[in-house]
Amino acid sequence: MSGDKYSTYTPKTRIERWLDARLPLPRLVYDSFIVYPVPRNLNYAYTFGGILTIMLVSQILTGIVLAMHYAPDTGLAFNSVEKIMRDVNSGWLLRYLHSNGASFFFIAVYIHICRGLYYGSYKAPRELLWVLGCTNLLLMMATAFMGYVLPWGQMSFWGATVITNFFTAVPLIGDWLQQLLLGGFAVDNPTLNRFFALHYLLPFVLAGVVTLHIWALHVVGQNNPTGIEVKSKTDVVDFTPYATVKDAFGILVFLFFFAYFVFYLPNYLGHPDNNSIANPLKTPAHIVPEWYFLPFYAILRAITFNIGPIDSKLGGVLAMFGSIAVLFLVPWLDTSKVRSAVYRPWYRVLFWLFVANALFLGWLGSRPAEGAYVVMSQLATLYYFAFFIIAMPVLGLIEKPRRLPNSITEAVLEKDKASGRGPIAGPETKH
Amino acid sequence: MADLSETSTAEHTLRVEAPAAIEVDVSSLTPGTSLIVDWHGKPVVVRNRSEKERKDAEAVSLAELKDPIARNANLPADAPATDANRTTPGKEAWVVMIQVCTHLGCIPRGQEGDFGGWFCSCHGSQYDTAGRIRKGPAPENMAVPVFQFVSDTKIRIG
Ligand code: HEM
Ligand code: FES
Repeated sequence: MSGDKYSTYTPKTRIERWLDARLPLPRLVYDSFIVYPVPRNLNYAYTFGGILTIMLVSQILTGIVLAMHYAPDTGLAFNSVEKIMRDVNSGWLLRYLHSNGASFFFIAVYIHICRGLYYGSYKAPRELLWVLGCTNLLLMMATAFMGYVLPWGQMSFWGATVITNFFTAVPLIGDWLQQLLLGGFAVDNPTLNRFFALHYLLPFVLAGVVTLHIWALHVVGQNNPTGIEVKSKTDVVDFTPYATVKDAFGILVFLFFFAYFVFYLPNYLGHPDNNSIANPLKTPAHIVPEWYFLPFYAILRAITFNIGPIDSKLGGVLAMFGSIAVLFLVPWLDTSKVRSAVYRPWYRVLFWLFVANALFLGWLGSRPAEGAYVVMSQLATLYYFAFFIIAMPVLGLIEKPRRLPNSITEAVLEKDKASGRGPIAGPETKH
Repeated sequence: MADLSETSTAEHTLRVEAPAAIEVDVSSLTPGTSLIVDWHGKPVVVRNRSEKERKDAEAVSLAELKDPIARNANLPADAPATDANRTTPGKEAWVVMIQVCTHLGCIPRGQEGDFGGWFCSCHGSQYDTAGRIRKGPAPENMAVPVFQFVSDTKIRIG
């Protein structure tokens, strides 16, 4: 999406010339996805952006067909989903693609975020790119939460009850806000209706923000595992075929795992309680959210004490939303001059600890909120926040980074030499 | 935002905005037993507490309580959360309350947890035998609705 003055597109046929003078769409595609220069050292961590785009498209396609068979009414919803599973042709496939698709969407987004944190992709000039990405995460979470309510099982109902109750913790307008969300005083038919409407809408909003995200990416260019800016033509290769083929391979491998779950373990990531119809008078013994919300759920439950004027309920809600909000601030929290963790010995250790800690929080979120689990959640929550609020600003000031290569090309050639592969001529670039 | 329930049926609107009173026959409740009634979509527990449950609740001083307010719709809003204020005069063995956790709205299970009262497994809130929050994230005691004994065996709720 670079401006015309950098464009190398030359329309060849008469139709192309006609179109180019009126709506230069082929030029946009050519400049963005054919000759767009990408760093030559991108690894497979960089294929997750493409994977995420495919998952969004897949969720929208399966979702629209599901919506043709789904009935958003408390008296009908559960049975309409059962009907999709048993009577609708390939309905089981659609639903398993959609429910497992949500899980794989989140697997991809978490890897994508960790990639950004590791290689310092949020640092100038990519702050806005990062903030748009965090917005995407929020939209995904809202969409998945509301989607999970639609089958109207026990987990749907109680998950919706607990999560909409978060909003009552907001001072002054809390109750009003919760009633606005629910369309009443408890989760009921109006809730299901508005959640369905929003579940249909938000993925398209997400698609819009994704477009901005990719636009911003194409303005500032991709970061890369060295974190060094592109300096010359030998540092880059053309998007097609290099990135296209690598992305396609990454997508295929990812879809292989996805298909394995859809066809062999379709209910592994779900919860059996959601196969019972919602009962407003009985809470299941252990209500747990979908796995992708577990770390945040553990943070919510970790605040069991009042903090000055903030009671434990508001405290838990603030901590949970804060754990996402802090992601938005990362570009300004990290004070390091060096982007990539490859050259940051201490940051690298604390980063991997952060990943382990996040997984640990997820596990804790699946445990009952009792005894030692509570204390462990509190410690893990502490580290989660300390990583962003203490480690990021302080490390940048005291850590001594390793020597940086002068360019991406130098880094690649050094690595080849060290692995005995000998110098390999950089792929030719056409421009 | 004028009417929040504009999309609901007339029945819904009635249900949530003018909760009518219901009468409950409690003659079957011997000490140490309870029953749960559906009061406009919310579970209300009526419990005839055992001697021990009552003693345990009475022995607690106000200073030990996380929420020192009675939360009893039959009393002034600032009444302290003594055991007596969680019940009704002359029927101190009985508790009647909306069995909804004041944390995030799950339904706690009775006669469980560290205090032998109610335990909410959602996020681990523990209530004592008078339904007062003692441990865990819930901020308030469970709510006592407007109710009265219309006879020795009948309670009117609402
Ligand atoms: C960001 C993309 C999306 C995500 C993450 C997502 C997520 C989910 C989840 C987690 C469920 C519950 C699945 C289950 O347990 O059965 C669900 C259900 C549903 N979704 Fe989506 N969804 C997305 C996009 C869409 C779109 C665009 C539509 C189109 C209208 C849609 C329509 C539905 C319908 C009708 C259901 C209920 C049927 C069912 O439960 O399988 N979804 N969604
Ligand atoms: S809803 Fe009861 S502890 Fe959270």
